[in-house]
Formats: sequence, C-alpha cells, structure tokens
Amino acid sequence: MPEPEALRRPGSAGEIFRVFNRLALQGFGGVLAVAQRELVERQRWMTPAQFLELLSLGQVLPGPNIVNMALMIGDRFLGWRGAVAALGGLMCVPLLIVLLLAVLYRETMHQPMVAGALRGMGAVAAGLVIATALKLVGSLRSNPMGWKLCGLVALLTFGAIGLLRWPMVGVVLGLGSVAVLTAWVRIGR
Amino acid sequence: MNALLYGAHGLDSDVLLQLFLHFGMLSLLAIGGAITTAPDMQRYVVGEHGWLSDAQFTSSVAIAQAAPGPNVLFVAVVGWNIAGLAGVAATLAGSLLPSAVLALSATRFGDARRNSRGMRAFTAGLAPLTLGLLLATGWILTEPVRHSLGAMLLVPFTVLTMLKTRISPIWLVAVGALFGALSLAG
Repeated sequence: MPEPEALRRPGSAGEIFRVFNRLALQGFGGVLAVAQRELVERQRWMTPAQFLELLSLGQVLPGPNIVNMALMIGDRFLGWRGAVAALGGLMCVPLLIVLLLAVLYRETMHQPMVAGALRGMGAVAAGLVIATALKLVGSLRSNPMGWKLCGLVALLTFGAIGLLRWPMVGVVLGLGSVAVLTAWVRIGR
Repeated sequence: MNALLYGAHGLDSDVLLQLFLHFGMLSLLAIGGAITTAPDMQRYVVGEHGWLSDAQFTSSVAIAQAAPGPNVLFVAVVGWNIAGLAGVAATLAGSLLPSAVLALSATRFGDARRNSRGMRAFTAGLAPLTLGLLLATGWILTEPVRHSLGAMLLVPFTVLTMLKTRISPIWLVAVGALFGALSLAG
C-alpha cells in the first residue's frame, strides 16, 4: 500500500487519457477490478482508501459507476480537461471495438454458429449479472433497515421490474422514496 | 450509406430526440450501474416501440460484454441496431451527459455530507433496490433462451463459477460462445 507521500499526480490530460484507455482495454466484463490495479497499484494516483471512497460515491450517484469515477478522478487532478480526458480514454477505443463487433455480427448473424454463440454468451451475461447481485446480498446485513425489510424491498423491485415489467421511473421513485424514508427513521432511532 | 447513418428504421430526428431523452432519464435512475437500466430499455425499445426483437436486445448486451471496456457501451450497440450512427449518438449522449453533469456537480456536495443522516439513509434505502434491479436484469436477459435447457443450464453454471472461483468473466463468456456455437444453446 503506497504511502500518501509516495503518491504521484498525472502530468497532463494526455497521460490521464492513456491510463484510462489502457485500463478500459483490459476490462472484459467490467472495468472495476482493473481500475483498482492500474490507478492504485501501478500509477499510484490514490491510496486504496481513496479509491474505495470514490467508488462508493460513484455508486450512489446515478449513471455508469466507472464513468462517474473517471470523471471525478480526472476533475480532481486537472479540472474539466482532466474529466474529459478520462472519459475519452475510457470510451473512445472500446466504443470503436464494440461497434466493429456489432457490424461484424450483423454481417454474420444468419450463420447458425454465430447466432448460437451469441445465445450462449447472452446466457452467460445473464449469469454474470445475477452473480453480481448475489455477491452484494451479504452487504445488506449491516443495512440499518434490517435484512428482512431489505429482502422485501429487493423482491418487490424484482417483481415489479422483472416480472410485471412496470416502468422503472415509477418503481425507483415510489419504492425508492419509501425505502429511503424507512432507512432515515431507523437510523434516527 | 443511409442505413449506416440512420439504421434500418429510418427514424427521424423527433424519434432520435425521444430516444435521447428516454436514455437520459434512465441514466439518472441508474443507481446500480448502467446495466440496471436494461429492463426498462428492453421494455421501451422492444415492447413499446418494436425497434428491436428480444434476441437482438440480448445479443446487443452480449456483444458489449464480449468487448473490452465499460459495461455502459451496450447502450451504444442498442443505439446502433435501432438507428445506426445517429442512434449511437442519441443513446450514448443520453446515457452519459445528464449523469456526467450531475456526477461532477454532486461530488463536492456529497463529499461534505458523506456521514450525514440524509446521505446514509439515501445509500441504505437504495441498496436493496439496486439488488432487486440487478436480479431483474439477469432474469430479463434470459428471455430469448428460456426455451433452451442447455442455455438455461449455463446461467446457474456462470453464477456458481463467479461465486466460488476467481476466474475472469472473459473465460465464461468464451465458454458460453463455444457452447452456443456447438448449437447446445439452441
């Protein structure tokens, strides 16, 4: 773990762009683990604690977590130029790659092998998302709402969005405000 | 050339603006990361407008998972499949701009109040909601393969491998591709 005095700062927007580009290109199925390794261990731009802090902030804020984090890191070092460089590094090359894949897919999707491969990958993608959810279940134990109420809110959300297919805006604003209010009351006790 | 720029549906600028606004609204609701907006995106682009089929939507997510980079890039593939490069601009700008402005302006506000009762209630209250959204996303992604026993066995296999081992997800994606290419996921 680097000492605070051993931390270094990126010298230019170009350096921020390159570092975020490199970590994005290593991130298959999510960038967070690679981001920790690059930003904390290799570049030493921040301590592990600072990284965790930024991550939780990125998670509370709406929008893509890793994009939020990149914006905050870039902004902290070089203001809005840093934020733009971090976002650009994270998105530009991966965007080209993903669009290239999409074009290739459109050319080849009528071949049964390609269609089959994508179906198999779709099933794995579903499993990856479910596994991420299950990994988070443990963190609900320390939730001030208590795990029973948390389980109920999670199940209601799953039922409303996943089974009944209600629009998300109503569910998040409605159920979300009830949950936040409940947590507020419980914390005050 | 037009198909490249505007995609198969030939959507006009009004529709592109709608697409931008809907994705922008979803991005502001995406408390658990971009992927938690997938169920509502699917409801909007498949169910409500019929721009994509179920299989096209799920393969868009799968293509993005197979490529390096942030998960949010799946919205670019969805945009591409709906309306070409104009669709990419609409969905990606919608997913990034509002939340980016909010993230940058809220950083200092949240930083100063991280331990306040309000902030703690906010995070604690939304945590189980995020979990439910992730589960719903996983469930909806299985929609095109639910008739296939082979593909549906891949789902618990992936879940268990992710929970019990430290294998990188890219290998599981590769296993899924191979499994499907051998037409075991039909």
